[in-house]
Parts: sequence; C-alpha cells; structure tokens
Amino acid sequence: MNNSFFTRKYIIQGIFLTTAILIVIRLFYIQIIDDSYILSANNNVLRKVIVYPARGAILDRNGEILVQNEPIYDLLVTPREAKDIDTLLLCELIGIDKKGYIQRIEKAKAHSPYRASQFEKQLSSTTYARLQEHLYKFRGFYVQNRTVRSYPDSIAAQFLGYIQEVNQRDIERSEGFYRPGDYIGATGVERAYEDLLRGKRGIRNQMVDALNRPQGSFMDGKYDTLAVTGDGMVSSLDKDLQILAERLMKNKLGSVVAIEPSTGEILTMVSSPTYDPNLMVGRDLGNNYMDLLNNENKPMFIRPIQASYPPGSIFKVVAALTAQQAGMIDAQTRFTCSGGYRYGGGRGLMRCTGVHGTIDLARSIQVSCNPYYANVFARMIDSRGMSGPQAYDLWREALMKFGLGNTLGIDLPGEKPGLVPTSNYYTKIYGSSKWRSSFNISLSIGQGELGITPLQMANITAIVANRGFYYRPHLIKGIGDKQIVKPEFTEKISAGVDAKYYEPVIEGMSRVVNQGGSGRAVAIPGIEMCGKTGTVQNPHGENHAVFFAFAPRENPKIAIAVFVENAGYGGTWAAPIASMLVEKYIRDTISLPKYLQDRIYNGDLRPKPKKPVAPANTALNKPVDSKKQKPEQAALLVHHSQRPRRS
Amino acid sequence: MNSLHKKSFFGQIDWWTICLWFMLCMIGWFNIHAAVYDPDQASLFNLNTNYGKQSIFIGTALIIGFSILIIEANFFISSAPFVYFIVTLLLIAVLVVGRNVGGNQAWIPLGSFRLQPSEFGKLATCLLLAFYLSNQITKNPNLKTLFFGSLIVLFPVMLVMLQPDTGSALAFFALIFVFYREGYVGTQVLVIGGLAIILFLLALLFNQWILIGVLAAIAGLFMYLLRRKRKNLINIAILFLASSTYILCVDFAYDNILQTHQRNRIDIILGKIDDPRGQGYNLNQSMIAIGSGQLFGKGYLQGTQTKYNFVPEQSTDFIFCTVGEEWGFVGCVVLISVYIALLMRLVHIAERQRSAFGRIYGYGVVSIIFFHFFINIGMTIGIVPVIGIPLPFISYGGSSLWSFTILLFILLKFDSSRKGLSNM
Repeated sequence: MNNSFFTRKYIIQGIFLTTAILIVIRLFYIQIIDDSYILSANNNVLRKVIVYPARGAILDRNGEILVQNEPIYDLLVTPREAKDIDTLLLCELIGIDKKGYIQRIEKAKAHSPYRASQFEKQLSSTTYARLQEHLYKFRGFYVQNRTVRSYPDSIAAQFLGYIQEVNQRDIERSEGFYRPGDYIGATGVERAYEDLLRGKRGIRNQMVDALNRPQGSFMDGKYDTLAVTGDGMVSSLDKDLQILAERLMKNKLGSVVAIEPSTGEILTMVSSPTYDPNLMVGRDLGNNYMDLLNNENKPMFIRPIQASYPPGSIFKVVAALTAQQAGMIDAQTRFTCSGGYRYGGGRGLMRCTGVHGTIDLARSIQVSCNPYYANVFARMIDSRGMSGPQAYDLWREALMKFGLGNTLGIDLPGEKPGLVPTSNYYTKIYGSSKWRSSFNISLSIGQGELGITPLQMANITAIVANRGFYYRPHLIKGIGDKQIVKPEFTEKISAGVDAKYYEPVIEGMSRVVNQGGSGRAVAIPGIEMCGKTGTVQNPHGENHAVFFAFAPRENPKIAIAVFVENAGYGGTWAAPIASMLVEKYIRDTISLPKYLQDRIYNGDLRPKPKKPVAPANTALNKPVDSKKQKPEQAALLVHHSQRPRRS
Repeated sequence: MNSLHKKSFFGQIDWWTICLWFMLCMIGWFNIHAAVYDPDQASLFNLNTNYGKQSIFIGTALIIGFSILIIEANFFISSAPFVYFIVTLLLIAVLVVGRNVGGNQAWIPLGSFRLQPSEFGKLATCLLLAFYLSNQITKNPNLKTLFFGSLIVLFPVMLVMLQPDTGSALAFFALIFVFYREGYVGTQVLVIGGLAIILFLLALLFNQWILIGVLAAIAGLFMYLLRRKRKNLINIAILFLASSTYILCVDFAYDNILQTHQRNRIDIILGKIDDPRGQGYNLNQSMIAIGSGQLFGKGYLQGTQTKYNFVPEQSTDFIFCTVGEEWGFVGCVVLISVYIALLMRLVHIAERQRSAFGRIYGYGVVSIIFFHFFINIGMTIGIVPVIGIPLPFISYGGSSLWSFTILLFILLKFDSSRKGLSNM
C-alpha cells in the first residue's frame, strides 16, 4: 500500500471547508448585511399603479346632471418590452398609421425605455373593447383606465369649464402633486374648485412577473391606498332654464345672467356664442380648442364676466338710487324735459327720446328721460359744496358699493372688474381739476367711459330686487356630501342705499314693463316684472341691446340681465328674452306669442363676415374691454351719445 | 489478488451517506416544486411539470442506487475500461445526432427524455482513472503515470469542449484533487494554481504594470525578511519573474483566446461590466433572489423572484436561488452544511478503503461533487463567473441526478464490501 500521502486529506478537507465558509460569508453579506436586494426584488415585482379617482360630478340646482364622468382608456407602452409587435394590427385597432406608431414609440423611448408612458390617450370604450381582445399579442402594451368629463346636455360650457393635461407650469406650481399625464381643471368651475373636484389618488401595489404581466396584488393589498372620489358639486344653475337661455341666445352675441336675489345663486348664465363642452374632451381637444380660439366670435371669451360695456339707460336706476341716498333728489324731485339738455353754457346738447315735460323720479325711469338724469348728475357733481372731482369721487364710491368697477368675487377664474374711472382720470384728460358735470355728462345716462360686465348688471337688478343688498353671485351652492356653501357666498353685502329709496325706482321699473314703458311688449300676465331697457351706443356697428329685470315685484325670485350685442334697440331683443326666461323660471311656461318666440329663436344677429379689406383684428362686435379702452374711444362715445335715443 | 468474502452487505452500507443523499434529493424536489409552482396545477405529482418528473427521477435513482449495491464490486472495476469506451462513443455520438439546446449539442433524445452523455463522462473517467492509477500503485508517482492519467481525463474534456459545454468540461479538472491525493502533484501545484487564479483576476482588474510593481514590492519585502537563506531569495526572485510574465500573458490570452460571452461573464464578476439587464441579467436577478431572502427567507412558495420567473433556469442551474429566496440565510447554511457533511463523509469513506481503486475512485467522486457544489452556488452569488453546471442531487434533470447517484452508489458499494477487497 502506497498511502504515504494520506495527510493530504486534511488539506483537501481544509479547502472544502474554506470554500464553504467563503460561500457562507458571501451569503451573510448579500442576505443579511446588504439591504439593496430586497428593494430590488420589490422593484422587480412591484408596480405602483396609480388609481385615478373619479372627479366630482356637478349637478344643477335640482339634482340634474351637468357634468359626469365617462370611462376612457389610455394605452401605455414600455418601449423596452415592446418587441415583435404586429404593428399593422395595432395601428388598425386604434386608428393610427405606421408613421404615427413609430413617432409614438420614439416619444415613449425618449421619455424612458424602461418605464411605461402614454402611447395613445383616451381610447373610447368601443375602441378599447376591440383592442382588449388582441392586447395579449402586444407585449409591453397595457391599458390604464380613467374617467373623462361628459356633459349630457352640452350646456354652460364656459362656466363649467374643462379639464386638460397638466403642463410643465402646473406641475411646478403644484410642487410635485401633479405628474405628466394628469388632468387639471383649466377653466370655469373645474379650475375654481380643482382642489376639491380632483379627489385623492390611490396607489395599488401590483405584482408583475418577469414579462411585466400582472400577477395579483402585493401582500393582499396591505399597502394599497384607495382613490377617493372628488367632492361632488351642486351648481346653482337651473338646467332647463340654462337650456332655454342658450337656445334663445343662439346665433346672437351677448350674455344672459340670472340671479336668485335672495341668495346670489346664479340660475342661468350664457355667454354667446357658446360651444359644446364635449368638444373639450378626448383626443380632439387640441384641435377643437384651436378652432374655438380662432373663431372670430370668440366663444372662449366669457362675456358675462369678462366683457364690459357702457351700461346705457339701465344705469339710470343706479343714478337714481345713489342720488337719493346722497340727498340730492327724492321721489318727488321733478325736472323738466323739453326734448334735450343743454350744458356747458349752451354749447352742448344731450337730446332725449321725446319731450317728457315735467316728470318725477318714477316717471323718469319709466320713460328713460335723458335730461332728467343729466340734471341729477349735475346736482351730484356741481351742487354738493365741493369741487367737481371730490363730488365725483363720492359718487364713484357709491357706485362701487353696487359692485361696479371691481370684481364681484364670483367662483369663476378670469372675472374682470369693469371700469368706473377715478376723478384723476378726468383731471388728467381735461388738464385741470376744475371740471364740472358738463365735462362728462354722458356718464349720467350710462355712457362714456363706464364699463360694466353683464354679471354686474344682473347684480344691480338683484340689489334692486332685494331693496339694498346682495350676496356675491356664485355658481356652486353646495360642495360635497354636506352641501357646504363657501362662507363668502353667505355674506350679505349692503349696496349703501337705504331700502326706502328703492320704491320709486321699482315703481318706475314696473311701469316700464307693465304700463307702457319701453318694455311693455314683454309684460307677463300675472307676474309683476320690473325691468329697464337700455341701448348701448356702439361706434363700430349696430347698437347693443340690454334689458334687466326682476320678478315678481314682491319677494323677487329672479333678477336677470340680458345683453345682446348689435341688436339695436333694447326692447326688441333683450327684453323678450328676459321675459321668456323669467316666466319660464317662475311659472315653467311661456305666454309670449308664438310668432314673437320664433322671431327670437330664429334671429341671427351675428355680425356679417368682414370685408377682405378690413384689418383682420377689428372685430366688429368686439366688446369694449375696459382696460383697453382708449381716451379717444371714450370721447367718441361721448360724442355719439348726444344723438337722440329712445331708451 | 482480490479475494471475495460473501457477506450480507446491508449492515456494511454507509447509511449516513444515503441519508445525506436522500436529504439533498428531497431539498431539490421541494425547491423545484417552488421554482415552477403554478397554483393552477398544484398537484405534487403532475407528470407534466418538472417536479412531477423529478419525483420519477428520484424514484428511478433509488432503484438504480440499490441495484448498484447488489452488483458485485469487482464488476465495476473490471468494466471500467468498457464503460469508458461506451461513454466515449456516446460523447462522439452526441456531436452527430445530438440535439442542440441553448447552443450546446449536449443531449441525445431518448423518447420523452433526453440523455446528457457528458454527465456520465465524469463517472466513466473516475472509474478508468481509478482503474489505471490503482494498477500503477506499486510504483512511486512518476511523470509517465501522471501523463497517461491526465490523458484519461483530457480526452473526454476535449469531446465535451466540442459540444461546446465549457461548464461540464471544467468539472473534469476537479480531478486534480485525485492526482494531488495520490502524490502525482505536490502542494506547491495547488498553491501555484490558486495563485494563478488570483493573479489572473487581479491582472484583469488592475493595470498590469501597477500589479507588477506591487508584486515587486512584496517580493522585496519577503527577500528582506528571509535574507538569511540564499535559497529563499532565489525562489522568491523566480516566483516574481514567473508571476510578472504570467500577468503579461493574461491580457493577451484573455483578449485572444476566450470567447466574448466568457469574457463578459468574467467581467461581470469583476464588476467591469455593469449591465444588469443585458449580460449581467442572470447574475443580477439571481443575487436579488438570494439577497432578498434575508435571514429566514420569504417562505415556501412565496419567493416573488422565483415565482414570477425573474430568475432564469431556476429549476436547473439556478435552483439555489429558490433556496436562498424562500429559506433565507438559515436555509442556505443548512444546505451548505449538508453538502459539507456529505463531502467530509465521502473523504472519510475514501480514506477507509483498503483498495487503492476504491480510494482513488472515492476522491474522484468527492472532487466532482465539490466542484459542482462550489461553482454552482458560487455563480449564483457572484463569486464565480456564470458556468452552466447543475447542483448535484438538487438541480432538476434525470441525467444529472442519475449520473451523480451512480457515481455515489458505486463508491458506497466499494465501501460496503471494502473488507472483501484486498489492498492492491
């Protein structure tokens, strides 16, 4: 036996043991000391899937749906995994071409080859149903569903607003709350109540296998968070009234604003031309948006809160009220109308619509007598024992209490303040502070530099209806399950004029409609509507018609302002529209003769297409934007206002 | 020379080894079950699944094992050349009629199963090597015997390389332990071999000139410490010069001899390639699986890496991942302990053989099992480049299980009848 090397067994055993110890040390390191592997294992297998909450629905004041959610499906792709794809089939299923496919894949690759990014947004349920059958063939593609807005009646587009994908600025401003691909309220209520409507995102920990196929939830959903649906909103809008108002305003430019005086709730609000809010949903949003933006009648312009016009004769209501409160006139104050008002030492003449003789306050409203209000204004500025500018500023303060010259604070983004110029403005123009009422006498009848939004007009009516106060007009009257109302909308705001001063004015307004005033054609049998027409001088074309009213006289239910651009005389278009809406709201019927109704429905008051020579941007109907209004233009308005008028 | 004493051999059988063998088979079977677990086919004996098939393989292995124990020990000695011849034929045949799976032409299809001749090549080589060396045992170890012994090993290596199945071919080199134990190579060969591997890796990791500089410093230090003996100084100088030349050769060999995928696998271990989704995917996922097991593991059938197919080849070459992930550090240590116990036991058995054949064969078995154990586990935890060889008794596969079982049970047969086999 040659076994002289038997001691070598110890060396061999030593090598075995050393190796085993080496392995154990290594295992100890990777299994116990180094924590990164457990993280990697979780990263491998876990996909944090965002569960998008449904946005809160918006109902009208009667619980009818204004905005609801509809499921849509986003197709996502992880480029690295998308191999051996039957591109032709996929393209056919979702309706894109090969070039589009390549573009999308490249875009996704640029974002990240390993992470899922959007391939195609917002597939309809029908497209999804077709795609779903074949989805297993497309490795690396999967579908994530979320909801989009849908508007069953296609109404109130500008006020409800729309949602759109967040842009870089939204993401930065939100400090990381929003991520690319998220949606955010862009305009209207959607924007104003974004924080409440959007709800809370949930996260589902989905396990996937090596091929990224879903394999059930991690730890039975122990670490999942549920998506919380956004707060539902109850709007103050009345759906039926809104539909009618939009129908009435069809093919006309302008605004309708109706407010419930006792609450400030906006019953209906129209900005015409409007658009179908469903256009701002889905894959064509971008194109539709550009079309709307380029439309010459500016449907994206929210006229009731962004357009401001000289109010015209409806302003006489405010003039009468502020003058009474200032003690310059009372119900019995009489002025004589001889068909005009001479001022500036006889050099200027403001003509009236007729020769009204000596009339009191109520009658002055009823017949809309210009000289009466020229006289009132002269007293307000010239007879208060102070300089013109001082007296003017006092008056301006009173106007601002009526909500003029400032935003009312409606729950919509983009509200404009309108314009009531300061005394400094006139001092600057006239080159001296020694100016008198005769310098800007056209203010007395609501012309000149004044800029008032239709919302402010409606609010004035609401103040009159309430005899002296208002609530901030608002569109959302209840938030969430508890129907919370924002505190700023329950605050009663005084207009600064005592209740007793309203009666003569209201009497005058009642007569306008019910006793042979300019609104007599639209009186509603059995309902005492009090209103006032106005015609707003438009240097660019046909005059604008305005009518505001409230009804009934006692315990008013509705205050409304209707503004129709280029409609000419206020009684012909604006008043019937207001009348129909008021009656519809109060009694749910319309008693106006059929032929009159048809005339309104079918009337087309849109400006004719411009001649090619006309510069592209002189929109005929472009409302006077108070901020852009230049002094020359204001002067022009003064000049034109001296033409005889009836309203 | 061999005189046979008839004896009831069951009392002589080393039941310790059989227990360890059976434990490993069962660990393997449970982990294969976990690796391919599919809740829809939860039955443990579904023959369409790997674990179902493995249960058949284990049953067959049991029958084969105990059949071997019944056969006369001398039969294995005398048939060694014949077995070697048959397996050689199979290794040639596989190159002609074999089925190519994963780039290797290593399998001969037999009905619904596939035979992997290279697995049996190890058995045949061990037998013939023991046969040859035991016949030369009366002479002192000499270069001629070493040369022919090496030929016995290198011939199948060459055939396996032609498949090409580098992993299986490398396993044959483990037989160096046999030559070492029998005195054909000295301890210095092991040291130099180890040194060569270390220098190889260092040469790839660091600039060769810096490495030579560091070596020069170390050599200088040793020369100073051992300055009393002239002989030491010369030895150190020679060692230093040889190492430096070797280092300079490594880069050349690395770039020009190794294939790209082999270079990549080494580079991944060295951390020179960081490509967890491409070249390094297997290793990365394997380490994630094992590392995420932590102390006690995720529990049976709870391994997400395994269950959701992140780990490749998880019932065969990467079966250790399932152990690591589901049973954690504790499970791994238990498994390694079982292996070490088996290896130690086998060394003990080999040493107690009275016949040189039995001892040499025993070391052959030990070497082969050790190599598979170290390389397979080492590769899953990133200390050895990825080499596709199975974990003995645990990895899924009939050829592998049967060949290791035959390898082991022949040794047990020799052991049980060792008193009947005279010393040669």
